[in-house]
Amino acid sequence: MVSRFLARYQVPIVEGSRCTFLFRGEADEVRLVHRIFGLPERIPLRRLHGTDLWYLVLELPDGSRVEYQLEITRGGRSERINDPLNPHLAHSPLGSSSVCYARGYEVPEWTQPDPESRPGSLVELTVPSRALRRACRVTLYLPARFRRTARYPLLIVHDGGDYLSYAAAQTVLDNLIHRLDVAETIVAFVYPGDRLVEYANSAAHARYLTAELVPRLEEEFPLADGPSARCLMGASFGAVAALSTAYRYPDVYGSLLLQSGSFVFTDIGNDHGGGPAFEPVVRFVNRYRAAPRRVADRVFVSCGVYEPLIIRNRSMVPTFEAAGMAVRYVEARDGHSWENWRDRLREGLSWIFPGPQKFYYE
Amino acid sequence: MKVTLLGPQRRPTLEGVAASLYPDGPVATVTAGWQERECDDAELSRLLGARDVNLRLYQRWLDVQERDPVFAACERRLAELLGELQDLYLLRLDHALQAVYAVGRRGGDRLRSSVLAEAIETVRELDTAHLRGAGAVRGEFYQRLAPHARPVIAEHRAEVAGLLGGAAALVVAGGHVGVLADTLHLFNVAAALGSPVIAWSAGAMALSERIVLFHDRSAHGPGHPEVLGSGLSVLHGVVPLPHARARLLLDDTPRMAVFARRFAPARCVLLETGTRLDIRGDGDFPPGTRMLAADGHVTTLEAA
Repeated sequence: MVSRFLARYQVPIVEGSRCTFLFRGEADEVRLVHRIFGLPERIPLRRLHGTDLWYLVLELPDGSRVEYQLEITRGGRSERINDPLNPHLAHSPLGSSSVCYARGYEVPEWTQPDPESRPGSLVELTVPSRALRRACRVTLYLPARFRRTARYPLLIVHDGGDYLSYAAAQTVLDNLIHRLDVAETIVAFVYPGDRLVEYANSAAHARYLTAELVPRLEEEFPLADGPSARCLMGASFGAVAALSTAYRYPDVYGSLLLQSGSFVFTDIGNDHGGGPAFEPVVRFVNRYRAAPRRVADRVFVSCGVYEPLIIRNRSMVPTFEAAGMAVRYVEARDGHSWENWRDRLREGLSWIFPGPQKFYYE
Repeated sequence: MKVTLLGPQRRPTLEGVAASLYPDGPVATVTAGWQERECDDAELSRLLGARDVNLRLYQRWLDVQERDPVFAACERRLAELLGELQDLYLLRLDHALQAVYAVGRRGGDRLRSSVLAEAIETVRELDTAHLRGAGAVRGEFYQRLAPHARPVIAEHRAEVAGLLGGAAALVVAGGHVGVLADTLHLFNVAAALGSPVIAWSAGAMALSERIVLFHDRSAHGPGHPEVLGSGLSVLHGVVPLPHARARLLLDDTPRMAVFARRFAPARCVLLETGTRLDIRGDGDFPPGTRMLAADGHVTTLEAA
């Protein structure tokens, strides 16, 4: 009977706002492990009497997208696994996890390959950096129909390899440019060395981007002049790197695209709860909040409401506005994840570098 | 000048219109708005009974880029300057229109309607100033570069004038309205135009006095309608709105009311699939023309 039941449903079972998570198998305990800010991190499933079926019903608001795993305890030993009944997986540098799509959430079709979209090309570069004392890898995206005679805006993306691998960045760019939502743009996907050092308000990193990478790209590629044609983008620590670079070079970058920024700060005392890696971040964000400075013309900020960082990001919005920057702030019922960042790219990129759609009337 | 405006031609009506209005003689066509696809006009040719002569304005512009590098470089700088001007205009427009909408949302105040009118007037003044500013920048460019005296451009202008002189009608298709208007201006099509015109989408917009861009359904939310620059001024007192239903939030009547009042006395005319408007010499629109009314509703012009 249980088998027949499971064969009939997609798991988790979504009925209105109620999402039923299931696990089948012998165990002492089964828990749902997730990172939804506001709910207990590990929520026990209950065993259906007389069966080996475990269940948990969660109310998830419309449009939610939740990554989770199951923690199975047998004989005092616990292991975390992806939900064997759920085919939907999300990937990140830390591995994969299962995903629950609540009512109203749909994977945006522009994140999926479209045969109509002409693909851009990826070019590998190595930029020797005196600032960082290493040879830096850059993957450069050139839009389809790239022409040397044209002039393109430049987008610099922190954690570039992860955006390409886990946020479908190339597919998204191909589609959004093809659909005229986003301007034809040259995108530099940069890769960190010691990420927690380079992205945590590092002068060397800012110097690398501004005094080494941008001039090199301007020399070799047809880039448009001026701050309005340059944008720094990043997620999590990458957003801190983007903001702190613009802070050090306020006349170079016209736009910032900051996703789930790790903008941890303290209003009093030193207990920020982020651990030692956050110390330089907290010092930087505290300093910035004490004396907000205009570091770009336009700032797009997005964050998932299920992230602990939501409060930090909400708090930064009036800070940015007070500094005289135009701010577009977007929240989503999602977590600190690459697919959340992927799903916000259309809104962010089309605002930062709008495509020529307003000119086309076929 | 007799002008026929059509709705978007995804389901073409051009064939019947052209055959009934201008059954004989060659028909000049402009597909420069299609840019690199300018020459992919086999379907258009079929609809015109293979009587078409494509003016190839985009190809001519590419030729100018190649053979007159001084002009091309100056034109690129002009484009950058105009882009900067447009950005600054949009910045001001955003604040001015936010003020209009904010005043519009206030209810019940005795002064609201006069203050709203003032706020809209501010936007109108901004539009006018921008049009004047962009025109001055272009005027200075044309005066300095004197395109008529540049051999490559003069050669193309003469060819275009010759083709237009022998045409029974001119057909202007849609596409990128900026590119279309620029090439029409560069090759002086308005001056050589003596035949009636059929146009749709961007083609209709490029014929008007002011080119107004609009897109309420862009990826990052509704954009502000913005004045891009001057068109050919073949059409007077009209703001053509191709794909109006698809591109505008027509149900948002306060927003549409601001649109209509902002560009009045010009009529904001909807050009939807199947639309055909034969505009008489005096510029009057025929009964049945659908347009935005001052209250933001779509209204239909009745017979006088």
